[in-house]
Amino acid sequence: MTLARPKLEDIEVQLLLEGVYRYYGFDFRNYAPSSLKRRIWNILCSEKLPNVSALQEKVLHDPACLDRFLLGLSVNVTAMFRNPNFFLAFREKVVPILRTYPFIRIWHAGCSTGQEVYSMAILLEEEGLYPRCRIYATDMNEMVLKQAKGGIFSLQLMQEYTQLYLKAGGKRSFSEYYTAAYDSAIFRASLKENIVFSQHNLATDSSFNEFNVILCRNVLIYFNKTLQKRVYELFHASLCPFGILGLGRQETLKFTPYEAYYEELAGSEKLFRRIH
Amino acid sequence: MFKLVVIGTSLGGLSALKVLLSGLPANFPVAIAVVQHRHKDSEDMMSSFLQPHATLSIREVVDKDDLLPGTVYVAPADYHMLVDVGYFTLSIDEPVSYARPSIDVLFESAADVYGEFVIGIILTGANQDGAKGLAAIKAQGGSTIVQEPATAESATMPAAAIATAVVDWILPLPKIAPHLINLCQPMWK
Repeated sequence: MTLARPKLEDIEVQLLLEGVYRYYGFDFRNYAPSSLKRRIWNILCSEKLPNVSALQEKVLHDPACLDRFLLGLSVNVTAMFRNPNFFLAFREKVVPILRTYPFIRIWHAGCSTGQEVYSMAILLEEEGLYPRCRIYATDMNEMVLKQAKGGIFSLQLMQEYTQLYLKAGGKRSFSEYYTAAYDSAIFRASLKENIVFSQHNLATDSSFNEFNVILCRNVLIYFNKTLQKRVYELFHASLCPFGILGLGRQETLKFTPYEAYYEELAGSEKLFRRIH
Repeated sequence: MFKLVVIGTSLGGLSALKVLLSGLPANFPVAIAVVQHRHKDSEDMMSSFLQPHATLSIREVVDKDDLLPGTVYVAPADYHMLVDVGYFTLSIDEPVSYARPSIDVLFESAADVYGEFVIGIILTGANQDGAKGLAAIKAQGGSTIVQEPATAESATMPAAAIATAVVDWILPLPKIAPHLINLCQPMWK
């Protein structure tokens, strides 16, 4: 279905994204238009610019503005043990499978500032699996990765995270995992031992290893169907036979060409197992 | 011809939606998208609660669901729901005015994509979410309906919408469904 009149702003957005891609290599051209535009509106507001063409000019000529632009377009909303039922289902359904492997490679795609990566490290540690795991945590944005590597989060959040940790089936006292310093919670360095943080862009980069588990929650919702298809292909190519794929609560493999390659491990929590 | 009806409500919304949706026939020719504020941990109870009262099929949106006529789409808890041409997109961006899903987010994207083909409706609610979105719908040439504040369980949201946006029709709750049918099926009337 197409609507009659092409909007000037839509043309401006396309030109901006084309310019950013051709000049800097970051490809937002296949992001979902509605949520992307909303973020661009927010950037226009914070940059105090009148229209998208003005933003294009600034982003292309001012690298500092590019950094803010990239940050503005990144998914930065995350929490430790976000949607605790997912982690509970992971403990119950996935951990028993992982126990049968001598070595476990996990790819956390679109890890943002890392809260969910540390959550997974804690879960694996409590299940006695962490020493044989390697977690590859990737994001397209260097700035959020830097924060993720630090493993330092606001102390204020710890009360909320503790609740979520308990709902997610946490077995110890959550405060064992961090040291409070001023208004920060510094997570135990041992949790980082088997995590590799690195830059990877789902829109343009290819597979870099074969994994037993791929986690990518609430990232694909920001892509259009074309880019989603590309990423499902990438995940399929990066997952071992019988590997596990974990998606966000309102995401699904149904109606994609890859539906037939997976079975539901915990349907409501969007854990899938590759069977072909 | 309208392509999309968007509805926003919070406090008292479930009973208001029950009244509105039960008044629409199974052959209602336009897609309906609903944002009802609710707790972020609430499971998909809304569609199962509302379904027995409606002849239209009601579903909680999964990312990239097609937008089809005669279906009621409910925003899932803790996600914003936006529309693109022919389908829905979800997002976990920051709450807007403390709300996720936010009525303004749905309404502004509906206005941007469907312009004059949108009808925006604000029902009962205890905050001001939706007023900005309704104004956006009006600015893009769409139509706007607000529940008469006196008939709303909580009048704040309808009153805020009336204060901010140019509202085409202010109607008591039971009159909204018949009016929608009139707007969306003019040929048959």
